[in-house]
Amino acid sequence: MRRTTGRIVLDGIAILIVVVMLFPIYWMVSTALKPGKEILSLTPVWVPTHLTFDNFQSAIHVPFFWNDVVNSLIIVTTTVIVSIVLAFLAAAAVARFGFRGRAAFVVMVIAVQMVPLNALVIPIYLLLDRVGQVDSLIGVIAYYMAVVLPFMIWTLRGFVTNVPVDLEEAAMIDGATRIGAFMRIVFPLVAPGLVATAIFGFIQAWNEYIIAYVLLSTSSKQTLTIWLASFTTQHGTDWGGLMAGATLTALPVVVLFLIVQRYVQGSLTAGAVKG
Amino acid sequence: MGVAGDARGRASSGLHLEAGPWRQALARRALPYALIAPALIVIVAVLGYPLVNLVWISTQKYGFRELIQHQGVFIGLQNFATILTDPQFLYVIRTSLIFTAVNVGLSMFLATLIALLLERVSRPVRILLSAGLVFVWATPVIPAVNLWQWMFDYEFGVVNWLLTRFGAGDYIHHNWFENPVQGFAVITIIVVWGAIPFLALTLYAGLTQVPRELVEAAEIDGARPWQVFRNVTLPIVRPLFIILFSLSTIWDFGVFNQVWVLLNQRPNKDYFLIAVYSFQESFRVSKYGLGAASAVVMVAILAVVSIFYIRETIRLTNEELR
Repeated sequence: MRRTTGRIVLDGIAILIVVVMLFPIYWMVSTALKPGKEILSLTPVWVPTHLTFDNFQSAIHVPFFWNDVVNSLIIVTTTVIVSIVLAFLAAAAVARFGFRGRAAFVVMVIAVQMVPLNALVIPIYLLLDRVGQVDSLIGVIAYYMAVVLPFMIWTLRGFVTNVPVDLEEAAMIDGATRIGAFMRIVFPLVAPGLVATAIFGFIQAWNEYIIAYVLLSTSSKQTLTIWLASFTTQHGTDWGGLMAGATLTALPVVVLFLIVQRYVQGSLTAGAVKG
Repeated sequence: MGVAGDARGRASSGLHLEAGPWRQALARRALPYALIAPALIVIVAVLGYPLVNLVWISTQKYGFRELIQHQGVFIGLQNFATILTDPQFLYVIRTSLIFTAVNVGLSMFLATLIALLLERVSRPVRILLSAGLVFVWATPVIPAVNLWQWMFDYEFGVVNWLLTRFGAGDYIHHNWFENPVQGFAVITIIVVWGAIPFLALTLYAGLTQVPRELVEAAEIDGARPWQVFRNVTLPIVRPLFIILFSLSTIWDFGVFNQVWVLLNQRPNKDYFLIAVYSFQESFRVSKYGLGAASAVVMVAILAVVSIFYIRETIRLTNEELR
């Protein structure tokens, strides 16, 4: 009896926590869907009664929205495609070979994720400035690759390790080469992990702010994150538009994150990845 | 020309066949290095080199003129002497340390409570709570800052309304950013809110690894819940705790986005955490040498924390690899 009452109390607390944690997100989305009168109301309108997409309309008509969406997509896609290939090669080496320097490489992969990016932005800016690559997407892509690579290597290492070596050895006995066995046996088995890792890299790069902010100064070259962060400064405070912009920026990430979260959860402690 | 090339090609492939075993052994040895090389090159070139370069810049006078000439002037440790005697920088360091302690403490404390709660609630509620946490976790930082900015707006912010409505005093038209302590409270809410999901879910995953029998045995022996947690659960999840503690410290000590975007990219001096200060010195005032020096101080402090993190992670990994 006492146990059940206790559980009901705990359930109640848990539900309260959910409400408190999710309220800000609800408030963002509902504000985005409200007409201006309901947004700028002295008594909050808890549930929007006149749903409208006007705020989304005005958000996407803020200069450079589509431009910056395209930039973000170019930067992030290039980063992810190149990095996932490089990371997969390195992960295969770490998971399948014992070689001199392997431990050092693993430690480096972990340690490098701890380097605060905010500290590196100064030398990166100065170095790229010297070679005339400031305000170019290439510089940002190169940098993002280095940001997602360690995490990707680490996660993929886990996926490859989980495929039993016996499978590969069986294929090799049947006459496959080492690489052939790896590509035909291991690759299909880790493919879901590969996709999950790539998506996670996508999210990381999509969310990045400071590097893009420092390196990309021309409005037409900026990313969506920069667009959103400078929304208020450039246009006063159009809360409805800002919340619509925030919702649009967050939406693809949230969807992707919900898909991959459970695949990569295990390796997250070893990566400075914060969604 | 074509013929010669062909012949050479054939010759080398012949050689390959003859020297098969030896070649293969060499290839097998070289293969892992060839596999890690591309990733390694990118990491070293894009992260390693700038890191060394950061230290180098911190020993230079590197201002606007040097930026144009692409050449700093070596001045030894003078930048460090300048910032370490600058009352503003000492304020920045102090603020950052307090901010980090409060944020890490709060996030870890609340996350632990939520993780313990997740263990104890009924199944549907557990699913609801985890789903809610994942949702918050998924929300990217810049949109998150914007939505909190709106929640704490002085005029139409819902927080002011709620506080006034529920009798916490008169918060109508209350500006949260006039007083830096209150401003930092808002920043803390944003940071902790964003950090809790990852910490709580990871801790919960760790807690499920604690063998049920151990807890039951302790309970049969008459241990109180707090004693069970302290003496049974905690030792088992300790490595995970250390990892999460160090990760949180590293994140919270480097907080930049939340301050910068929340205060519309023009934070006043009261809000300078170390990352903000270093950014401001470099990119607003064009004193790259001083900015780099303060970044070096930041990296040095974080390097100490990282050692704990790396050690525990390696330890956990070795267990995995067994």
